[in-house]
Amino acid sequence: MPLSTSSNFARPDDAFRAVVEAHRGLSEAESADLDAALVLVLANHIGDIEVLKEAIALAKRRMLDASQQQQQQQQ
Amino acid sequence: MAQSKVQFGYRRHPDQDRPGGAPAGHAVVVVGAGPVGLSLAIDLAQRGHKVVLLDDADRIGEGSRAICFSKRSLEFWDRLGVGDRMVEKGVVWSVGKIFHGASQLYQFNLLPEQGHKRPAFINLQQFYAEAYLVDRVQHLPDIDLRWRNKVSALDRRNDHVALTIETPEGPYTLHAQYVIACDGARSSLRQMVGAEFSGQVFEDQFLIADVKMTAAFPTERWFWFDPPFHAGRSALLHKQPDDVWRIDLQLHPDADPLVEKKPENVAPRIARMLGHEQFDFEWISLYKFQCRRMDRFVHGRVIFAGDSAHQVSPFGARGANSGLEDAENIAWKLDRVLRGTSPETLLETYHTERSAAADENIRESTRSTDFMAPTTEQEARLRRAVLSLAKETEFGKRMVNGGRLSVPSVYDTPLSTPDADVWRGGPRPGTSMPDAPVADHTGNPMFLTEAFIRKGTRFTLLTFGNGKSIDAPEGVGTIKVGGDDGMIDAAGFAGQRYDADGGATYLLRPDGYVAARFREPSRPAIEAALARACGLS
Repeated sequence: MPLSTSSNFARPDDAFRAVVEAHRGLSEAESADLDAALVLVLANHIGDIEVLKEAIALAKRRMLDASQQQQQQQQ
Repeated sequence: MAQSKVQFGYRRHPDQDRPGGAPAGHAVVVVGAGPVGLSLAIDLAQRGHKVVLLDDADRIGEGSRAICFSKRSLEFWDRLGVGDRMVEKGVVWSVGKIFHGASQLYQFNLLPEQGHKRPAFINLQQFYAEAYLVDRVQHLPDIDLRWRNKVSALDRRNDHVALTIETPEGPYTLHAQYVIACDGARSSLRQMVGAEFSGQVFEDQFLIADVKMTAAFPTERWFWFDPPFHAGRSALLHKQPDDVWRIDLQLHPDADPLVEKKPENVAPRIARMLGHEQFDFEWISLYKFQCRRMDRFVHGRVIFAGDSAHQVSPFGARGANSGLEDAENIAWKLDRVLRGTSPETLLETYHTERSAAADENIRESTRSTDFMAPTTEQEARLRRAVLSLAKETEFGKRMVNGGRLSVPSVYDTPLSTPDADVWRGGPRPGTSMPDAPVADHTGNPMFLTEAFIRKGTRFTLLTFGNGKSIDAPEGVGTIKVGGDDGMIDAAGFAGQRYDADGGATYLLRPDGYVAARFREPSRPAIEAALARACGLS
């Protein structure tokens, strides 16, 4: 089963909001701790190493894109 | 401190006094009389070969060093005739517990099944293992064990290897058809063939202390993350024979080894751990470790086995056990090549199979080490998350890595014949044979691994009586389970473990690995699988 990137939530804003609100009032370090735990919980729920690897690749690609954009802006 | 149990004298050998100085020629020279070299020499001798075994020391090494010997290693030692002695002396265990702080996170059982001859592990000081192997060697006249014989030069020629050997009475030379280098992590033979030995170095330091005390702790492997007696680091407690306990403490990367190693500095840590001071030190050692391997285990006629070829961290009992698997793997192949029944290319499959096993061991041991000693803040954060999730979730417990213990590798190898039939279970080709309790046709209980030994530890057909029976090719043994004249599988374990309901015939290699399996064996199919497993096709 490949990574699903179509919209899976009936109300995507609720999902985004839930994550944002979970971080409210947390320090940077606490937020990072929360994310680490959340990633592991969700990864286990997915339970498919190929999907997890695809998800990691997608997330990493975003970071590359972001750093390229930054470089372009600096040029 | 523990003293070496056995000391041996150097003895001058006639090879050192050859008329005209012409070097003596030998089929096999094994360098290094540690567990791997000794076991290999015994296996080769039992297969009918003369072996020269060289060691640069004159005694069995001090300290406990390797202590955990796996089921697979014990099955190998059974084939060498030393398994009983090891198990009688050793401490049998199969349960491990992982603690975080003062509370237990989870426990695991490495052999939850009944009906195996050997336990998941025994703990036994390496010097006992070596002493028992040396005793066995001394009953085998085909092994010529020469102490204080140090290889100082190696010259690879087309049809042999010339070795220069230093002794207390000066040097001499030997010619060998094959040299097996079992000379440990600091292998001088590896340097002599000019091979690289690269990999990952870990910065964290670990302190090993073997302490003698009488204690009522159960015979289990206990591992702590962040224990109350050693805040922020990890610790391991493990029982050995003679009321000796292995304690392994992770130290800070910046800790001063000379200071840390002093008994007066080690003692308070241990006292905090045990809650008392009634113990004596047997051995203290401080180490950093590396995970690395040679690119190639076979360098023409010089073949590397054990720590000389690959090195792992100690968490997982993958060092000595993988070296013993190396020995068993190379022994039967070298036997065939020396007899001329298989081509020399068969030796290449030793590299294929065992270097893949080394990669697996390095991967597992690196993961354990990274988990115990995270190198970045984010790694530490993920580990904290796992440890805290482990308190309330099953998946978290399973993610906690306090050392994944050695299990035999499954070989993806050209010697295997791929399955053509449908199987729901049982060992697929490339897997080590599972054990099971059976009885011979007169009702004497025994294990499948014992039946395999009785058939001569050679290529053997394991066939189940509810299927089609077939005559074994010449030189191949047969173990029949079930039917009128077969072994009795009263509890049904053998049938289950080999998925034999629909009939089953397994071709086992001389190292007990499955080479091929058939629901409906035919003579041509068996012969083709045998030829393939022998490197003949």
